[in-house]
Amino acid sequence: MFSLNITKNRKQFQLDVCFSALAEIVVLFGPSGSGKTTILNCIAGLEQPDSGEIRLDQQLFFADRHKPLPPQQRKVGYLFQDYALFPHMNVEKNIRYGLPRKDADLRSLLQVLRIEHLLASYPWQISGGEKQRVALARALATEPKLLLLDEPFSALDSETRKQCQDELLRYQQIWNIPFIIVTHDMDEAKKLGDTLIFLENGRIAAIEKKALAHE
Amino acid sequence: MEQTHLTPLYISLKVAGISTLLVFIVGVCLAKLLSRRSFWGKGLLESLLLLPMVLPPTVVGFGLLILFGKNGWIGQWLASLNIQVVFSLLGAVIASAVVSFPLMYQSASTAFNSVDARYENVARTMGASEWRIFWTITLPLAWPGMLAGLVLTFARALGEFGATLMLAGYIPGKTDTLPVAIYFAVESGQTEKASFWVIIIVSLGLSATLWLNWWSNRTRRLTGR
Repeated sequence: MFSLNITKNRKQFQLDVCFSALAEIVVLFGPSGSGKTTILNCIAGLEQPDSGEIRLDQQLFFADRHKPLPPQQRKVGYLFQDYALFPHMNVEKNIRYGLPRKDADLRSLLQVLRIEHLLASYPWQISGGEKQRVALARALATEPKLLLLDEPFSALDSETRKQCQDELLRYQQIWNIPFIIVTHDMDEAKKLGDTLIFLENGRIAAIEKKALAHE
Repeated sequence: MEQTHLTPLYISLKVAGISTLLVFIVGVCLAKLLSRRSFWGKGLLESLLLLPMVLPPTVVGFGLLILFGKNGWIGQWLASLNIQVVFSLLGAVIASAVVSFPLMYQSASTAFNSVDARYENVARTMGASEWRIFWTITLPLAWPGMLAGLVLTFARALGEFGATLMLAGYIPGKTDTLPVAIYFAVESGQTEKASFWVIIIVSLGLSATLWLNWWSNRTRRLTGR
């Protein structure tokens, strides 16, 4: 179980959010500048909150009067908005970057994501949808316990976008870890989220749980 | 006769080579240390680092004489170790290094800052240590910009005149780098000798800029940017 309860002062407003997640898809929905990416950065350890607590299972990521756990030790996968694939490495090197063992077996991961044929290509040689799958493979290769996705489909055309959304739902079932997705597209939020968190000026305006409808 | 003709070229290459190596190491380390960091007085520190670029070389030379002269702060200490800076090859190296340092620092600093922080961040989330990130992400991505700075630094070090003359003087066979040798050849009416060295230094400078041009075009093409 993942839980977060943090505050952080920003120029325009104060971020003050609290939520938890099981092995499900949590969507952070809100207009740009509502603090969505800051929340992801705090979870990954790239930014620190001013106070509060972030915890994944037994592991404390951040707590008052504790030294924050460095991002390297959090086992959190992070898919950036335009994927941030290392431009000077081919697809295989990108995916293997975080793996301690050079000969680790990636076949099943590559198969599921359908990118086996791209291994020798460089990021600038592949399409947007392929980049997205490669970035996902790279994030999942390190076997994270939590996956963060910042506007994962914003760089794709609507056809590819729909397809990738379907695939993402499938991947979450396969990996069975919490996915936290940031988006400002309402349809996407509704389609993907088991839990929808509506953010406004750094605060949670509403939380909607899809699971409740089935109960 | 042939040997004395080439001596200034040899001394120049030696001085510029050593000073560029020093400047590269110090410049890159400092640029990395200061990039993406803000602290009180950073603006002033960076201005001081870039100062030799805007000051007349004679002023830099004067400052170096004060520091490295027999009674200077550093000069005194070096003298106790039996190291002489004034009127020596070491003096020429120091003068070249100080004058060309801003070019290397500036290039390295721009190159480091132009590396998208997301690449380093994504590597962090993948468990890579800061040291590994520097060698496998930051340095390779900043390299084209730094190499350009390296070539400019070498060219500048090769052409250094004012500060070199003040600190290292003109001792034929010891501190007569090409620019200094040209000056004294003209001074003493040896136009032919001066022309020979002028051609050499122009060819070196031209090759450096031509290569730089070719390299930046090639890098742009290869990275698809």
